[in-house]
Amino acid sequence: MSDPFAAILTLDGLSVRLPPGADRPHALSNVSLSIAADEILCVVGESGSGKSMTASAIMQLLPNGVSIDGGRVMFEGRDLAAATAAEMRSVRGAGIAMIFQEPMTALNPLRTIGDQIGEMFSIHSELSRAAIRARVLALLEDVRIPDPKAAARAYPHELSGGQRQRAMIAMALALDPKVLIADEPTTALDVTTQAQILKLIRDLQTRKKTAVLFITHDFGVVAEIADRVAVMQQGSIVEQGDTASILNHPQHPYTKQLIAAVPPLTSPPPRELSDDAILTIDNVSKTYRTGGFLGRGARVTPAVKNVSLKLPRGATLGIVGESGSGKSTLARCLVRLIDPDTGSIVLEGKDWAKMTREDVRRETRHIQMVFQDPFASLNPRRKAGDLVAQGPIVHGTPPAKALADAKELFALVGLDPSASDRFPHEFSGGQRQRIGLARALALHPEVLVADEAVSALDVSVQAQVLQLLAGLRQRLGLSIVFITHDLRVAAQICDLVAVMKDGEVVEQGLAADVFGRPQHPYTRALLDSIPGGDFARKHEAPSFAR
Amino acid sequence: MDAVKRYFRSPAAVFGLVLLLIVVAMAVSASWIYPREPLALAGRPLIWPFSNPRFLLGTDNSGRDIAAQIFYGARISLLIGGVATAIAIAIGVLIGAFAGFYGGWVDNVLMRITEAFQTLPNFVLLLVLVAVFGSTLTTVTIAVGVVSWPAPARLTRAEFLSLRNREFVQAGRTLGMRDLQLILGEILPNALPPVIVYASVVMAVAILLESALAFLRLSDPNVASWGNLIGLGRDVLRVQWYVSAIPGIAILVTVLAVSLVGQGLNDALNPRLKGR
Repeated sequence: MSDPFAAILTLDGLSVRLPPGADRPHALSNVSLSIAADEILCVVGESGSGKSMTASAIMQLLPNGVSIDGGRVMFEGRDLAAATAAEMRSVRGAGIAMIFQEPMTALNPLRTIGDQIGEMFSIHSELSRAAIRARVLALLEDVRIPDPKAAARAYPHELSGGQRQRAMIAMALALDPKVLIADEPTTALDVTTQAQILKLIRDLQTRKKTAVLFITHDFGVVAEIADRVAVMQQGSIVEQGDTASILNHPQHPYTKQLIAAVPPLTSPPPRELSDDAILTIDNVSKTYRTGGFLGRGARVTPAVKNVSLKLPRGATLGIVGESGSGKSTLARCLVRLIDPDTGSIVLEGKDWAKMTREDVRRETRHIQMVFQDPFASLNPRRKAGDLVAQGPIVHGTPPAKALADAKELFALVGLDPSASDRFPHEFSGGQRQRIGLARALALHPEVLVADEAVSALDVSVQAQVLQLLAGLRQRLGLSIVFITHDLRVAAQICDLVAVMKDGEVVEQGLAADVFGRPQHPYTRALLDSIPGGDFARKHEAPSFAR
Repeated sequence: MDAVKRYFRSPAAVFGLVLLLIVVAMAVSASWIYPREPLALAGRPLIWPFSNPRFLLGTDNSGRDIAAQIFYGARISLLIGGVATAIAIAIGVLIGAFAGFYGGWVDNVLMRITEAFQTLPNFVLLLVLVAVFGSTLTTVTIAVGVVSWPAPARLTRAEFLSLRNREFVQAGRTLGMRDLQLILGEILPNALPPVIVYASVVMAVAILLESALAFLRLSDPNVASWGNLIGLGRDVLRVQWYVSAIPGIAILVTVLAVSLVGQGLNDALNPRLKGR
């Protein structure tokens, strides 16, 4: 534990009240934390645990109707919970700075990066314009943006996600704040970019001796960056201590449960695979063309380039890659939400790439898809039972029978069958994903395409859904195409893995081989970038029904 | 049911609903309270309101009971408002849905047609339609509906554009739904709330358009309508101003009621936008 006298920011019994009608009376109850200069404190918890609310409470940026109703936020001898709006303005940015999850929405799209960073100085200091420009360039160099001069002139949309986050960090660090609050700063980034940003935050923190309050849901990130950890559940801190002891000897049952749910990198022993391929993807390409007139000035983006893959019957084929690698486009080609330009997709002797729309509509029960976003993928105006029964009804099953079958499917995916007449918004994220799964299974498909199906879920829920998927694969003889950006998830459930980069498959093979002895440099880079890699490798694999 | 509860929490919305119910009650009770033909001569012309207990709101320049005309006029205004709105929303939703769902050239063609209608001032278009097809109650109602559809069409199209690529629509497609099933069953129910709210604006405008036509004496002269009464009162506006003012107040109250109800519906159906 750190010396309490060196603490620079102290939360003392902080409570934050939620408006009446929320799921619990307090967003935070009796939270006590302290951060010393020159340390990184990670606050971990699942969604709804109150970890982001902690950051908002410190900065006095609570949403309407939510207010602090007890405790103190001590910073530089002052209680921020009682500070006036004017006092807070001088603290924000200069004393305590913040970086957010999504840099695209945190930056003003109509002003250049240089302008926005320079604004920090023009608000809080009397520097001349030339001096500000020099400072901005120095900051951009500090955060190692390639070509700082060009970056200062660029608008947010002209930078990549990682560069935008670097710009945000530059902005946050402009006035050498004592405390930096980072609210899930790498969650929206690709794994290789995430590794770079984490390293950058670590480096800057060591050099500037800033205290960092790092909010995350990912124990891998914790293992990578934290000096100390505080675990939050339901608005209270259930356990805190230094990183090594929390990760290796967690005391509280909730911490134990969270750490057990972290997907390990070690893939389980390989299963016997059938020689019979149920789905054969051969030389599939898809190119997007936008704009242009009569063939001139068009932008051509090859999203998928000559991809050939085989899915053995009863196996799970993982397609991993970062954003923009074409993995989602490929998934949508498989179910013909997108028409591929060339190549063939042979399922049960029929070439899906060349079928007419009407044929696809009729044959669609052979291959079904589970979508990423559990909130967007269910029609909010239909009851859960109707959502599941929809598919069979479209294909001619009498509605009464389809609804009865839907109840059985509810039981199959681990939901209460009596919940079938509730609306989607009455379910949690994990439960919604189960409804999505039941909807796909209602047509008794042979192949299931899961597009980032567990990416939006908390780790403990993620583990449950993966377990369910593995169990269903066994019981129903499903073959699965599993698309994910998370190599840890892929390692657990996939028999075969294909790594995609810029629309091409750069490496494919048995999961154990690809993860154990990666051949392609890109695969190696991906594996090295996994946050807390050593921690993940040591970690025991949960026993999935295999 | 949450929406109903939210609606009744707003005093303005409840006030609007009460006003609207009063107008509806007038329309319903007209033939019971005033069993005589409202356009028949009833007494001396130009009796001031409250001066003769037989004609509470006085008489117009030809000696017809103004109160009776106001009660019967409520029927016409509500009828024209309701039917014309239904026509406008039906055309608008149909065109907007197809344009938004299919995009591409379908969208281009339909939106250019919509713009052609929008660039013409709709009152001028209404005058042309009435001039060509005559001014019976039926043609006036249809004409008001036909000039009012472009705005609902654009609104529906915008909703469809944002909804058609949602994952739940794609999920419907992978389940094998036909386009029509996707449009009617999946997208339309989600696109409808803002359109329903906008219908109140269309209704208010439809009532005003009919009154404006009647003011120019281009509406159906054979029915007792508020607009017709205002048009008649024009000749005696300087002295017997009440002939125009009373139906004017009736129109004001009705339009206000409809907009308050519309605003209340908006707040009830989109609770998150309220208080911003």
